[in-house]
Amino acid sequence: MLLITLDGDLLEIALRSLRVTLTALVIAGLIALPLAALLAVRRFRWRRAVIAILNAMMSLPPVVVGLVVYVILSRSGPLGALGLLFTPGAMIIAQVIIIVPLIASIAHQSLRDLWSEYHDLLISMNVTQTQKMATLLWDARRALLTAMLAGFGRAIGEVGAIMIVGGNIEHATRVLTTAIALETGKGDFALALALGFVLIALAVTINFAIHALTRTEREARW
Amino acid sequence: MSAILPLRLSGAEARRRGKRLVGPVDLTLNSPGATVVIGPNGAGKTTLLRLMHGTERLAGGEISWARPLAEVRHEIAFVFQTPVVLRRSVLDNIAYPLRLRGQSRKNARAEALDWAGRVGLGGMPDRQATVLSGGERQKLALARALITRPEVLFLDEPTAALDGRSTREIETILTEASIAGTRLILSTHDMGQARRLATEVVFLLHGRVHETAAALAFFDAPGTPEAAAFLRGDIIE
Amino acid sequence: MIARLLFSLLVSLTALPALAAETLRLAVTTSFHNSGLAEVLLPEIREDLDLEVQLLVVGTGQAIRLGEAGDVDAILVHSRAAEDAFVAEGYSTHRREIMYNDFVLIGPGEDPAGIGTAKNAAEALARIAEAKAPFISRGDDSGTHKKEQALWAEAGMDAGDLGAWYKPVGAGMGAALNTASGLGAYILSDRASWLNFGNKGDLALLFSGDPVLFNQYAYLPVNPEHHPHVKEDAAMALEGWLTSDRAKVLIDGYEIEGEQLFTFNAE
Repeated sequence: MLLITLDGDLLEIALRSLRVTLTALVIAGLIALPLAALLAVRRFRWRRAVIAILNAMMSLPPVVVGLVVYVILSRSGPLGALGLLFTPGAMIIAQVIIIVPLIASIAHQSLRDLWSEYHDLLISMNVTQTQKMATLLWDARRALLTAMLAGFGRAIGEVGAIMIVGGNIEHATRVLTTAIALETGKGDFALALALGFVLIALAVTINFAIHALTRTEREARW
Repeated sequence: MSAILPLRLSGAEARRRGKRLVGPVDLTLNSPGATVVIGPNGAGKTTLLRLMHGTERLAGGEISWARPLAEVRHEIAFVFQTPVVLRRSVLDNIAYPLRLRGQSRKNARAEALDWAGRVGLGGMPDRQATVLSGGERQKLALARALITRPEVLFLDEPTAALDGRSTREIETILTEASIAGTRLILSTHDMGQARRLATEVVFLLHGRVHETAAALAFFDAPGTPEAAAFLRGDIIE
Repeated sequence: MIARLLFSLLVSLTALPALAAETLRLAVTTSFHNSGLAEVLLPEIREDLDLEVQLLVVGTGQAIRLGEAGDVDAILVHSRAAEDAFVAEGYSTHRREIMYNDFVLIGPGEDPAGIGTAKNAAEALARIAEAKAPFISRGDDSGTHKKEQALWAEAGMDAGDLGAWYKPVGAGMGAALNTASGLGAYILSDRASWLNFGNKGDLALLFSGDPVLFNQYAYLPVNPEHHPHVKEDAAMALEGWLTSDRAKVLIDGYEIEGEQLFTFNAE
């Protein structure tokens, strides 16, 4: 009932949640997946250090990420001139920072396994570095999808960082999680819970949709 | 295009952790035919093939082709004892080397379909390669190696794990490839296979070339007592 | 196929309609926002000035810092001392009083400390301290928090040295009220937040009316000399509107459960 009366605003907030998170996810994927492939195929001096840092960054507290992004994007901060603080752009930046290590770490694990399987063949074919990475990324695409879904789950449910850098401004940066925090603050638990169910439904729907898509693809191929 | 053969090895060595696995080897391989590398387990057959192919690092001596290495790399291929299949369809596996060489997906797949037919995989172009049987995987690996029409094809015990029927099919494919002009260099522990395919034999012992001879002569009358003992089935230490 | 679907999804999402009107960022206190008055005023402002006011709902302390950093164009807060310092340091050109509401003391319905019969706010707090009844403090450097500290000082006590029954939670008004409701504790709240609060439980309004509890809201535009990027014209237009007769009617006429919350007193 609450959901029906809230229709317009709710749709706007849910769509903004999706837009911010999917944009962050695409950007994070473009960074994390090639990085994971590079770490899998290339032996460079700082490789181990990079992997260790990525793993450590997986457990970065989002609130700290939010705080750092806030300080950097504030008008008094180094990138203040961009005017990004309290915009969806700032939220996207924070989410990208939070999920890149997660996606890269999960992706790196599956790409590393695939690389040990492919290593001899690709070396014998005299494949270039870029071709190696492209081959691994393409053939591991289902495992990478799982990595992306993990990133999506973390980003869409995140509240600490985007509350700080987005400011939870109505009609501008309010998303499902910050709306839930706000309604809880007002003591309106019924509405907060209803929003929570919408958030869960959204996450589950996206997961199902993507799994359904990969299944049809698999059936067509096998 | 001029030929990449002859392949010359002089004093070639492969080492791992300071220990010499193969060498020093002096050997010259000319066109045409099929060279079969035989020898007891641990003699260094696989390492020698990898050394010639260029995937094993040369620790000493020299290996030279008739053309620069960068060009040679596109004219040679390698088939492993345990074939590595990509997690793709049969067709996409076979088309893969052509895609690497920049051919369009459509052309590459059309040519791959032709090759799938030649190796007996024509009925399953869209099957996921990871579910193929051992024999089917090796045929796929052969088609994938031959689709670029390599001048030299290295094969490391290509039928070691396969049943008789698959072995026969693969030998047929190899014979056809040889007739079509691909130089074969394969290792095997199957003396029957060596007799059926070889035009030239390299007998390897303790990492060194112990004897090189034309196939007919070698099987008729090996030139060294060790080779004779090996052919008789004796254990050689 | 998946890539194509994701792509079309992305295109449709990024193509959401952009906001037409000019925007202005205004940092406001939680207590103001929780009153619900913003939801009455903002649509009118949008209509009259074609101005989209984006509210950043924070404590007074953070609102002041947002203004200092230039991350908002103006602030609407209620903490006289902090406001005067803000102007004195040049972050704002002036301070404009808009309206006031009042603070109230909330506590468990049975009122174990007996503050309901206190003569004034100082005595009410003294009775809470005497009974060592649990008391929730905002503890977040907000206007309400500062007011509460001032009241303790007036009662002759130091808020920083009160004992375990005094619990600073470092949270907004709503969250602090939630905590008070859960613990059956006393708390100082602004009247608007209290009336709009949805999780009252056993809590009840126990003491109000002492003039010392009046709570003056003031509007301070951020000084463009300090931060050239702030929207000075929009901030001035908004100030003009907030001090207009039209705002007076809306503010004085805003009621919750039949009670007037704010009194317009701009000059």
